[in-house]
Amino acid sequence: MNEKKRIRVLMAKPGLDGHDRGAKVLTFALRDQGMEVIYTGLRQTPEMIVQAAVQEGVDVVGLSCLSGSHNSIFPRVVEMLREQGLNDVIVIGGGVIPEEDYPYLKEKGVKEIFGPGTPIEKIANFIRENVK
Amino acid sequence: MARMMCPVKKMEINVPDECPKECMHLKMRMCAHPDTLELIQQLVTKSGIPVKQFYGPEDLKDWDYISRSGNPGEYPFTRGLPAATYRVMYGGPARTVTYAGFGTPETTNQWYKYLINEGGVTALSCALDLPTQIGYDSDNPLALGEVGRQGVSIDSLADVESMLDGIPLSETGVGSVASGLGPIYLAWFLALNEKRGIPLQDMGFASQNDCLKEFIARGTQIFPVRPQFNFTCDVVEYCVRNGMKNTRPISISGTHMAEAGATAVQEMAFTLANAVAYIEELMDRGLDIDELASYLTTFFVSGMDLFEQICKFRAFRRMWSRMMRERFHAKVDTPPIVTAFTAGSTYTAQQPLNNIVRGTMELLAAVLGGLGGALTAAYDEAIALPSAQAITLAFRTQQILGFEAGLFDTADPLGGSYYVEALTDELEERATELFDKVEAMGGAIPAIEQGFQQREIAVSAYEKQRKIDSGEKVVVGVNKYATDEPLTIEVRKVDPEEERRQVEKVKKLKQERDNEKVKVCLKQVKAAAEEGINTVPSILEAVKAYATVGEICDTLRGVWGEFKPVTL
Repeated sequence: MNEKKRIRVLMAKPGLDGHDRGAKVLTFALRDQGMEVIYTGLRQTPEMIVQAAVQEGVDVVGLSCLSGSHNSIFPRVVEMLREQGLNDVIVIGGGVIPEEDYPYLKEKGVKEIFGPGTPIEKIANFIRENVK
Repeated sequence: MARMMCPVKKMEINVPDECPKECMHLKMRMCAHPDTLELIQQLVTKSGIPVKQFYGPEDLKDWDYISRSGNPGEYPFTRGLPAATYRVMYGGPARTVTYAGFGTPETTNQWYKYLINEGGVTALSCALDLPTQIGYDSDNPLALGEVGRQGVSIDSLADVESMLDGIPLSETGVGSVASGLGPIYLAWFLALNEKRGIPLQDMGFASQNDCLKEFIARGTQIFPVRPQFNFTCDVVEYCVRNGMKNTRPISISGTHMAEAGATAVQEMAFTLANAVAYIEELMDRGLDIDELASYLTTFFVSGMDLFEQICKFRAFRRMWSRMMRERFHAKVDTPPIVTAFTAGSTYTAQQPLNNIVRGTMELLAAVLGGLGGALTAAYDEAIALPSAQAITLAFRTQQILGFEAGLFDTADPLGGSYYVEALTDELEERATELFDKVEAMGGAIPAIEQGFQQREIAVSAYEKQRKIDSGEKVVVGVNKYATDEPLTIEVRKVDPEEERRQVEKVKKLKQERDNEKVKVCLKQVKAAAEEGINTVPSILEAVKAYATVGEICDTLRGVWGEFKPVTL
């Protein structure tokens, strides 16, 4: 029973935008990296995402947003996760997010933002290094 | 380090120790020089079609000009529209289209006027924000943070009136990519034209209105697939039955599939399968195929693989034309109108100015592919919503190619090229095979319900990403020649004040209009949905009474339910 627990990831599409290429690619990719990945499908409210995170007992929540509403949605998800006592769950983000918004999002508890063109390996390594 | 003979360069070169492994992978005997290695790796098109080092007459042995190609403007329309069309369309006053809209309708109105008067834009593709596209009012909690962001926010006819105030609809075409809204978007224009005294038959109107590809790739569907599909068909039926010759009530689109990762072959096959679904339904409703054909257009991506893209357009026109004759027994050969958008998904956030070159190449592919129109994506698309400067540059690209490059002097200049014709044939063959697979599943809708197209495209997207990560596919500025230079371009911000103003406006509207009348109209909409009759007439009345997009969609959600997200 000394097998290391597999990292569980919830890949979520918050907000109304339907661009889920990145979320789907990452779902496949992280599975290939040996993680268990649950993809929520489109149009998830922060409430739905947090509920899924609780139910699935995930270590990581990945948020993908290309509509420009990341500044309202990402912090809300972090806040609600913490309200649920999920203090160790790390939140990462991706999509079309201007770099100048990174500091704000990080200040609000988003662990890292991975913009377009980020190699999958980099994201996978980041997750491994940061999941407690 | 060893000295070996390179089979491509025909010269002796140094072979580093790590090289043979890679060459084994390529099943090549050897080749060490990095440049040569790259040349060999480009052996297949993006769809995976092998490419020979050169092509000649033996590649077109059984090729027959009349049956495979025909002159421009003739069946099977491989060579595109009638030759004169291109000169008129581009050589004369260039038809410049741009995708635009943000914030409140009032802000967008100012922007539109600038684009028309200063920019020389002759047709607008109205970008709607996501709440509007998905049928939520601005004051809906789900819309928070999204109002006026990806496009202009429209809650009711009042907003359409403000947005198009002082803009002559007869001279400027205003289209939209809204596909979930169907009859609601049409009703706004019907009402506006009525107020302006424009007869139905003269009304110009264009709507993408293709819901099937929303389920496959774009994701702004509102209802479950079957009622949403009927909703879409209502628009086409209404326009055809009323003889609204200047309208384009549907643009069957592969664009978003390609942007989601589909290969050219998948884009062609799935788009054609969707077209079959629409045409069959509309013929079941009693429309004549020859009449219907002139109302149909298609919309693709024009991506970076220049020749495969060119051949995609040529092959698709041929498949389409044959389908119209052989499957639907059309008596008239209507030239298929294929248009395209350059591929925002090939644009990179790194070194964004490089995207200007990509957009130009992609536009060139569209032109050489004989398209009936094309739009350029703004170069900053991978970073933020397009800035004014980037949008201007996008349509300037069209104008420069249109006026300066002499691209439209003669139609289909590549027709007859050994490579182009051979690749056109190969693409048609592969797309037909995949199309038949969808057919075997019962057609586009059952396949969508099983998640077939969605899965196929997601797998292609992942494959592509893996090739980029491994360096097999080069993206300049991302996995090769990457730099750490900071961004120096202007990034568009939408003033949050715009959202607040829009929310206030819709709240005020809901207080001030005749709410009894709205209630009665919404009941009619509900009745039409329940009876399964065309929803356009009842929605038109509701729109005229200033019922909002959210109210109409909620009424319909009450009857049809909502779409369910698909997981993987």
